[in-house]
Amino acid sequence: MSSDEDANDYFEYEDDGFEDDEMDQEAPVKKDYDVAYNVKTLSQVIDMQKKAIANIQTVLELDASTAAILLRHFGWNSEKLQEQFFNDPSKALTDAGLSPPSSPSAHTSPLLPPTASSSTPPRITRSSKRVATPATTRSRSAVSIQTSFECPVCCIEYPAASLSTKTLALGCGHRFCRDCWVEYVVGKIRTDGESAKIQCMENGCHRIVKGSLIDQLVDPDTSQRYRKLLNEAFVSDTATLRWCPHPGCENVIECSQAPPRMLNQIVPTVTCGCGNELCFGCGFAASHRPVLCKLVKLWQKKCADDSETANWLQANTKECIKCQSTIEKNGGCNHMTCKKCKWEFCWVCMGPWSEHGTAWYQCNRYDEKSGMDARDSQAKSRASLERYLHYFNRWANHELSAKLDADFYKNTEKKMEAMQQSGNLSWIEVQFAKQAVDTVIRARITLKWSYCMAFYLKRNNQTELFEDNQRDLERAVENLGYLLEQNPEPDSISKLRADITNQSAYVQKRHDILMDDTLKGYLERRWEFSVDI
Amino acid sequence: MVLSISSRRLMKELKEIETKGTPPGIQLLKADDMETWIFLISVLGDETVYKGETFALKLKFEPGYPIDYPQVTFLSDDQYQPPLHPHVYSNGHICASILGSEWSPVLTALSICITIQSMLASCKKKERPPGNDRYVRSAPLNPKLTRWAYEDDTV
Repeated sequence: MSSDEDANDYFEYEDDGFEDDEMDQEAPVKKDYDVAYNVKTLSQVIDMQKKAIANIQTVLELDASTAAILLRHFGWNSEKLQEQFFNDPSKALTDAGLSPPSSPSAHTSPLLPPTASSSTPPRITRSSKRVATPATTRSRSAVSIQTSFECPVCCIEYPAASLSTKTLALGCGHRFCRDCWVEYVVGKIRTDGESAKIQCMENGCHRIVKGSLIDQLVDPDTSQRYRKLLNEAFVSDTATLRWCPHPGCENVIECSQAPPRMLNQIVPTVTCGCGNELCFGCGFAASHRPVLCKLVKLWQKKCADDSETANWLQANTKECIKCQSTIEKNGGCNHMTCKKCKWEFCWVCMGPWSEHGTAWYQCNRYDEKSGMDARDSQAKSRASLERYLHYFNRWANHELSAKLDADFYKNTEKKMEAMQQSGNLSWIEVQFAKQAVDTVIRARITLKWSYCMAFYLKRNNQTELFEDNQRDLERAVENLGYLLEQNPEPDSISKLRADITNQSAYVQKRHDILMDDTLKGYLERRWEFSVDI
Repeated sequence: MVLSISSRRLMKELKEIETKGTPPGIQLLKADDMETWIFLISVLGDETVYKGETFALKLKFEPGYPIDYPQVTFLSDDQYQPPLHPHVYSNGHICASILGSEWSPVLTALSICITIQSMLASCKKKERPPGNDRYVRSAPLNPKLTRWAYEDDTV
């Protein structure tokens, strides 16, 4: 999977020309499986764009709006842009929705002749010839306009004298009145949420409306919204950036070590400046370590689709042993006929009805061989459902505990106050309890995901080691949880405190072992999954 | 009275239709006001799967026209039925990119008709879009409220 091409792609991420910023705090790299990342504020993200634009402006000698449109077209990959631009500047420009460089129509030119008819607009020549013969283009735009102009959108007529103030055309020459431009651009920004890709109003014309023109056309409020949308597009177009998903946080995480192709061996959990964790790989708004992004997605989908249904099926149905249809018995006697395959059987013993004679309402044949075989095949089809429910119930249990975290903290705080009063301890001396709760909560999140992991692991020795670690952590957490629920008696406080502190350290240790071993296991290719990763 | 942009534009379009006429196979059935127009559309020639059929296309213009595209649906009543086409739902809703992301304010009522006519003309097999029943069950009255994904450029 790591071909040379992939490796090149990977390193390209790092060279976007805006990664060194003195203001960033480099997060310390702790483990092999951790990723290095920076937390950027919104203004730093804006600076990144400005820096990249300024760089292209200087190198390619273009104005800022043009440089920005080019960068957006090339997904903010400066190197690729420069390569393509030096190779064939007019192609790079026209591809991005701009005019070739030496043409005067590269700038908004109010003096181009009006388009005669909206149905047959003059098309821009998409070839390099236009660069080679700038004289023809110049002479075309130099024609002075004597006639009046009717805007093809609103059908209002403008006298020749007002053309330069009341109407305008982009480099493509498609002229419309200013009012229609304003309405169109405002609609695109406010209703459609478009920013970097607002095109000329002419049908089929891909000319991009430059940011500098948009600022001239729209009100300050819309302009601000436009800028905001541009920032959003910048972050989503840049592979090394991701918005913090937590409500109210405007930070952006920059990470060059977690491109999509690496996500089958790392789980790039990062901590945002707002204090919350997220996964850089998939944007999950919490840590889902030690499980790979792809498995998390599969698991969530499976749970959304199956859990409720599976629970109900488990409790209320049986499968027809002939065609495996799921059958619900909603009343009546035990003589069942499968609607699908017409197989007749007994609901109680699952054996063929033919052996039951006339015993319609009771079954005393539960131990007959045919009935046992039928139940056997039924058991097999249930096994996979039960296996899923085994892991799901444990996963859901920890998910539920997490929802009660707030109560857990509140109760612990009460106990801490009680200990301060009855045990004559200082505020600082009772903090051990809160730290222990922190430890329990973190460990439970890891345990929760460990059941998703286990569900997808193939059965082998490595998996057994994983489940040993999982079991050890589960037990340690249970013990610590039990200690935290004890009511501190005045004479036993010091012992309880020592027990909790010790157990807490032990949980931390078991937690680190499970996490370290699992995440290193990816790098060492120790895990085998029942699905493709 | 100052005319709204949409009325001024529609009046001009109407005048153009009156003076220049409509292309073959397209006929203006009703344009009593500047809100709702109905065109009759048929595909000419022998090569079409819709030979001999006529459909009624309803265009509903809002004040934002022509910056914003109109609501365009095929009539479905006692007299007219929507065509059996992979981009036309049985409730008359149409999935076409010009009636969405690729709308341009220079397009006209007539150019919409021409596009729809050519969409019908290029159809080789009469069938409903996949997922028609599911869509029709939950579809909003206004097709503009549906988010379309344009996947198929062949018809």
